Amino acid sequence: MASSIRVRAILNGENAEVQTLIQHPMDTGLVKDAKGELIPAHYIQQLTFTHKDKTVFLADWGTAVSKDPYVKFAFKGAAKGDELKVSWVDNKGATDSLTATIQ
Amino acid sequence: MRHFPRHFPRHVSTTNVMKKIVFATMVATVCAGSARAASEADYLAAAAAAESANKEAGRLRNQWTVTQAALNAAKKAAESGNFDSAVKSAQEAEALAKASIVQATSEMQRWKDLEIR
Amino acid sequence: MSALRALLVAATALGLGATAMAEDKPNPPADAKAFQDYFVKKFPKVAFDDFVNGPYSMNADMRRQWEEKEQFPPYEFALEAGKEMFAKPFKNGKTYADCFPNGGIGIRQNYPYFDDKEGKVVTLELALNRCREANGEQPYSYVKDEMASLTAYMAYTSRGKRFDIRIPDDPRALEAYEKGKEYFYTRRGQLNFSCASCHVQSPGERIRAEILAPALGILNAMPIYRSEWSGMGTISRRIVTCNSQTRAVPLEPQSDEYRNLEYYLSYVSNGLPVSGPGARP
Repeated sequence: MASSIRVRAILNGENAEVQTLIQHPMDTGLVKDAKGELIPAHYIQQLTFTHKDKTVFLADWGTAVSKDPYVKFAFKGAAKGDELKVSWVDNKGATDSLTATIQ
Repeated sequence: MRHFPRHFPRHVSTTNVMKKIVFATMVATVCAGSARAASEADYLAAAAAAESANKEAGRLRNQWTVTQAALNAAKKAAESGNFDSAVKSAQEAEALAKASIVQATSEMQRWKDLEIR
Repeated sequence: MSALRALLVAATALGLGATAMAEDKPNPPADAKAFQDYFVKKFPKVAFDDFVNGPYSMNADMRRQWEEKEQFPPYEFALEAGKEMFAKPFKNGKTYADCFPNGGIGIRQNYPYFDDKEGKVVTLELALNRCREANGEQPYSYVKDEMASLTAYMAYTSRGKRFDIRIPDDPRALEAYEKGKEYFYTRRGQLNFSCASCHVQSPGERIRAEILAPALGILNAMPIYRSEWSGMGTISRRIVTCNSQTRAVPLEPQSDEYRNLEYYLSYVSNGLPVSGPGARP
């Protein structure tokens, strides 16, 4: 299975512009399936971007975030070729991570 | 609507007795319309008529979702013993099914009016 | 009641008279030209190839958001899954590639086509499931998930190729085309809408929060990721949903009517490039 994370990090002047797409159902726990039974809540609780051991972006998420969430942000202090680590952990304890190179 | 106040001008205050009489007359009129409560047989007949019309709409490949919804409502009401409401819903379903048949029939020619030429 | 019936009879008679006068021989190339001219004239600022981008060709604000989103398109996961599925052999060792001309790559623009053996229109979705069944696999649901992923991949390998739908010299093919046209313009459902009511009369207008796409090129972007569905949908899903939104009971996916409709709608969009898979709000 391919990674659940897609990242693109591009250096633009002094800003590293980061775009991420994560594949995740983000079930709220309020929706019923075709049989009328509740689909249990299943959502990402924390999303972290780390650059040189420093957390540059941290998101505490709840059920209000959409399925397959998309995140875009920028930060200063990165150089081309630096590594950027992305990781998430969801309410069921599942986790995934990916390391991207800033271009 | 504009002429309504001519019959019941605001400044004429109606007494309580009069109100009661008017109300009683209204109730009587409504009851006269359906002299007796509907029975299960009434519901079954109304539902059969609706089903048959909806089947015809299906043959024309033009059923409406609302027809089935009204039929389901009729069935639900009948199951709870409310045959007045069941008959009403079944009749609504029949009217909807018949409307869908009229639509399908007239559209066999009318669609051409919309075509880009 | 009898007065109503008399009125109906009169209306039907009038309708018959009017069509008898206007009845002329089916002429698909003239239809397609009139169809395309209508949209080009209605939207003089929209470039011809841009019609495949649906609402984004009509609304600058939506377009900006979409262009940004396209750098990271929401259909990407489905596309990747589709690519893997397409390459994975069936239990008997054969693959999808064995079922299609050119190994299934870059052929989206030729679908649907008229199959002279069956005497009916064959869509890409239908061909994919037939390929599965011929190789002893269960068919997929026509509306989403696997079918959407597979068609997403096949559309992606055909991006930019122009729709080239052919109507062979066969009265049955012409009849299928004419029936598709009739379906497109026929009002149905309690709301009394035809496909044309929205996608010919009102493209670019809002229907609630949505902006309606023009019928011209609407299939070129399929399948689509719809944020409203939070997932992918096929052409079948789009048509079925259109039906139920007008309160008409949808037909079975890939029923003759839908196949004919797809044939007609694709034919009149001939010349426009494949842009699928697409993303819509």
